[in-house]
Amino acid sequence: MRLRAALVQLSGPVVLVAAAALLGTLVSHATQTYFINALVNVAIVVALYLFIGNSGVLSFGHISFVALGAWTAGVLSVPLSEKPAIMPQLFHFLRATTVGNVPSLALAAAVGGAFALVVGLPLMRLSGLAAGIATFAVLEITHNVLRYWEKIGPGVTTFSSVPETTGLLQASVAAVIAVIAAWAYQHSRFGRLLRATREDPAAARAVGVSVYRQRLIAFVLSGALAGFAGGLYVHLLPLNTETLYLDLTFITLAMLVIGGATSLLGAVVGALAVSGVDSFLAQAENGIHVAGVTLDFPAGTRIVVVGALMALVLILRPSGITGGRELSIPRRGRIRIEFGR
Amino acid sequence: MIASVLGIDWQTLADAVGLGSIYALMAVGIGLVFGVLRLVNFAYGQLVMAGAFALALSSQWNWPLWTGILLCFAVVIVLSLLMDRLVFRPLRGQSPAVMLVATFAVAFLLQSIALLWFGPLGKIATSLAFLNRPVTIGNVDIRKITFVATGTAVCCLVLLVLLLNRTNVGLHMRAAAMDFRTARLLGVRANRVIAVAVVISGVLAAIVAVMLTVQTPLVTPDFALDNTIVVLAGVVVGGMNRLVSATLGGFAIGFASGLLGGALPTNQSQYLPSFLFAAVILVLVIRPGGLFARSGQTAVERV
Repeated sequence: MRLRAALVQLSGPVVLVAAAALLGTLVSHATQTYFINALVNVAIVVALYLFIGNSGVLSFGHISFVALGAWTAGVLSVPLSEKPAIMPQLFHFLRATTVGNVPSLALAAAVGGAFALVVGLPLMRLSGLAAGIATFAVLEITHNVLRYWEKIGPGVTTFSSVPETTGLLQASVAAVIAVIAAWAYQHSRFGRLLRATREDPAAARAVGVSVYRQRLIAFVLSGALAGFAGGLYVHLLPLNTETLYLDLTFITLAMLVIGGATSLLGAVVGALAVSGVDSFLAQAENGIHVAGVTLDFPAGTRIVVVGALMALVLILRPSGITGGRELSIPRRGRIRIEFGR
Repeated sequence: MIASVLGIDWQTLADAVGLGSIYALMAVGIGLVFGVLRLVNFAYGQLVMAGAFALALSSQWNWPLWTGILLCFAVVIVLSLLMDRLVFRPLRGQSPAVMLVATFAVAFLLQSIALLWFGPLGKIATSLAFLNRPVTIGNVDIRKITFVATGTAVCCLVLLVLLLNRTNVGLHMRAAAMDFRTARLLGVRANRVIAVAVVISGVLAAIVAVMLTVQTPLVTPDFALDNTIVVLAGVVVGGMNRLVSATLGGFAIGFASGLLGGALPTNQSQYLPSFLFAAVILVLVIRPGGLFARSGQTAVERV
């Protein structure tokens, strides 16, 4: 019975991802890019959720794992013949190696996870504001180093010549993988222990849970997922260091908070809903026709609307659209007991 | 020139003190609001940005200097009161993380409104450019703004200390910062104390706007964004619990980034943020409660 409830929980996010993917097959090629982008966003936000949602600790640093994943997959999958022209100062072993699409994604995940481990070892001792600022510092350092160190990537210039292998199929499969990974984690022993530390750190410690170790495990897993998502992202569009910095940090956090930070369903709903609004406005910035009316918003409208939306949700419904709950089917004739809150 | 102290020349030292002073003022602005609301205002830099745009516009309209500064103060104070009324007040009592994310949203909102309004290229504030001219002392050139910034910071801090220690409102604010609920029970009026803190923090933001436009006359929508991130790090590194330690943290990080900027060899100066933020992480890991916090009085728990 518990397995059934768990599967019901999994079905919500998976159905949503599948619906977005199916809808994506029906639209024109140009519009399809927005759907693929939304699915990549689902992967990033699910990665964020795995750590922030389960631990209750804020991280502003996850986009650095996305960036590192993007760099790994990008550098390793540019064709050998084009590397000297685009990235002349690359380390020799990077210049001499090129891998395919799937290995590059796996390596992106591995590098993201390894970096999260290195960063997490000292930082997972921190909570609250100190954790927020320290993870922010990680983002600043990563951005700074990737921007200027041309031995490991293209530096300030935009990644070009990365094979664009992230199509609708790859993006939806990857989003489902991310969702299943997060679901499996949160139903595992580790996920439950971490959630216990979120609800009451003192009580969790009293029954022998190591808050530090549980947070570190979640941080590494979520770093690996974020790196994986970064790999997907670089195979979708030409990126540079500025795309993987404050704006992306803001918009992915907004997605998580708007959807509801404490549930997997919330992460997916938030990612898809905000991506939808965002893509609509992006098109409106270029001018579109809706129901006989021509909409033409000035550039920058997107962030105004998303920012206002996020502030409104935080004020009116601090636990997000889903209220931080997973999908469940109430059974008749039984009393439902809800714990917490 | 490159003489004396640890191979750092006097000019770098003076610039570092100037930058430290400006950052200390921002730190006070952030720390005051944190004291009464337990809210880290990420949108503080956008208040400074709004003030800077007011200065730039008034210099574009050829207004006299003092009206420009007046406009700057008016814009920043009104904006900070609005922010308090529309965002901070409904969020009162939420967890610090929720409030931090909310101010993050407000910051992006204001920045993109500025982007819509003024465009990405920004405007130039020229009215105070004369403060960039150097004064020669001995054989060292020091820009006038360094003296002005340091002097203003010292004056503001002295005034603030007097306000906090010698007036009723100051007493209420200190009480509220110590324990808001108990202070309210004893008759401190919450909204009034918060409004005073918000206004003072707005005044400081306006002063910072004036100083920063002298250093960087080109005002763009992301004006003061980087500075705010650095100051926030400085405030947390210093210790958010007390205003003094937060201010010291702000000064320290400004001073350190000024010194590092002068001390790093040119081919490594682009890595300045990395060195700075690595130091931030190091300090946070060793002393999560803050560098200047009193021992045994740590607000931030270590796991």
